Amino acid sequence: MKQNKTQLTPDELKLFGDLMPEELEEVIQSGFNRRHFVKLMGLATAGLLASYTLGATQLFARPVAPDEIPDLLPEAIENGVNVTFKVNSGTRSVLVDSRMTLLDTLRERIGLTGTKKGCDHGQCGACTVIVNGERVLSCLTLAATCQGKSVLTIEGLAKGNELHPMQTTFLKHDGFQCGFCTPGQICSAVALMKEAKEGQASFVTKNISAEAKPLMLSDEEISERMSGNICRCGAYPNIVAAIKEAQTGKDVPQTWLFTD
Amino acid sequence: MKPFKFISATSQEQAVTMLSKNAEAAYLGGGTNLLDLMKEHVALPNELIDIGNLKLKEIKATTGGYSLGALAKNTDTANHPLVRSNLPMLSKSILAGASAQIRNMATNGGNLLQRTRCSYFYDISMPCNKRVPGSGCAALEGFNRMHAIFGWSEHCVAVYPSDMAVALAALNATVKVQNSKAERTIAFRDFHLLPGNHPERDNSLTHGELITAIEIPKNNFSTHSAYVKVRDRNSYAFALISVAAGLHLSGNIIQSAGIAMGGVAHKPWRALKAEEFLKGKVATTANFTEAAEIEMAGAKALSHNKFKIEMGKRTLINALEMALKG
Repeated sequence: MKQNKTQLTPDELKLFGDLMPEELEEVIQSGFNRRHFVKLMGLATAGLLASYTLGATQLFARPVAPDEIPDLLPEAIENGVNVTFKVNSGTRSVLVDSRMTLLDTLRERIGLTGTKKGCDHGQCGACTVIVNGERVLSCLTLAATCQGKSVLTIEGLAKGNELHPMQTTFLKHDGFQCGFCTPGQICSAVALMKEAKEGQASFVTKNISAEAKPLMLSDEEISERMSGNICRCGAYPNIVAAIKEAQTGKDVPQTWLFTD
Repeated sequence: MKPFKFISATSQEQAVTMLSKNAEAAYLGGGTNLLDLMKEHVALPNELIDIGNLKLKEIKATTGGYSLGALAKNTDTANHPLVRSNLPMLSKSILAGASAQIRNMATNGGNLLQRTRCSYFYDISMPCNKRVPGSGCAALEGFNRMHAIFGWSEHCVAVYPSDMAVALAALNATVKVQNSKAERTIAFRDFHLLPGNHPERDNSLTHGELITAIEIPKNNFSTHSAYVKVRDRNSYAFALISVAAGLHLSGNIIQSAGIAMGGVAHKPWRALKAEEFLKGKVATTANFTEAAEIEMAGAKALSHNKFKIEMGKRTLINALEMALKG
């Protein structure tokens, strides 16, 4: 029997009791899982969460404790490589098959399933994580090359119960539909903020020869710089709005509206 | 993926020695192309020598021009102040390729060693002379809209995919390599090969050789250069046609031009005929058009890519006009 890893706060208890009474027992027993999350996101999209924002935000921010995944027997691993690297706030040492990608290591060995496997060929960006401050594709990174590096995943962005500003603006602007590309989109967008601050150029940057200065990104710049993250639901205008609000810190009007 | 031994090299000499000893070993740089090919069982090394921790990352000015470390990341190269201000065409070409994530991983040396994205090369159930010499070319009579219009042979019609290399060809770069015995320098136009009878060979490196740097001579193109890329979508796609163009002008007279095309051949296609025509001419659209027509006269289309000949001409003219505007 799995341990209950989710101690609900009174706010969260009330939230579930009111909105998802049929799930309450299950949540108390075995914790908050992906199905609950999806249901809650559905309610959020329908605008029903407005009056429960505090509890909901805390729930989204809470890292889901990774399952303990026992190491494979060394004889079950071909060409084993011992790697120690930082993942979010902790350090992990794992023995991996030389073929293991960082993506599979995060998901299958460390239990951090927030990072998604989309195409597994570097074409979709769903597996984007931040390594040593730079956004990279974890599906084309061998875990064996991560010795001593620092990996930041979607699970490491929030501080306690406080969402990362990019997560907040993605929620506000509904920067997703199915949510599968979202962890990659958000990690990519977080690293993009650093690139803009450094004045890194893109293909659409005018006057590339000019000295690099911190940039406020236009819609065109955001689209070009985020082109490595595909969203098959087509939430692009909302993603651009979310990134804009996160970068400027100023309220950007939502591109959508509920009517009766 | 086929199982492989993983070794992290601690020095250039060690890496070269280890690779030279094993004919089935490969260097691992950024891995953005190699790992993909290994997942598809197109590349089957039994040993990877990780060179990610070697130095070779420096970008600097030299007496004759500029030197780009083979292991500097594409992002760092495109954004280096020396490159942005003196070689804007190179920055632009790098930024036209792949995505931010991939450019953060990919190295300069690795960029030159990208293999073709021909879908028959990637599909191990299809014949491909590049993958299995002697098996035939499925693209010759298959879907070949993306394929070559210059320099192809009946054995291979694939195109070389890099954007960065197109600018390097226009900039007349050289490639510095090290083998177990010595260092040597290869002129850029001799680095990549046309398919001929041996499409399995992409370039003139021999097994064990390691690219250490790319060198670019000083030029007078920085104020009049452009990189134009035409593709099926606006970003994150390989080129149908791309053109790197640089003009050295005195008033409105072209002293010299550096022009190369991507998406048209098995190697970055240096437009020598257009360059030769433009030398000493007045920089006008009429002259650009004539230069483009002279260059494209040598093109030969396959069944699905006839459009590339007209597109190539227009892209050449467009790039030269953009270079003129600066």
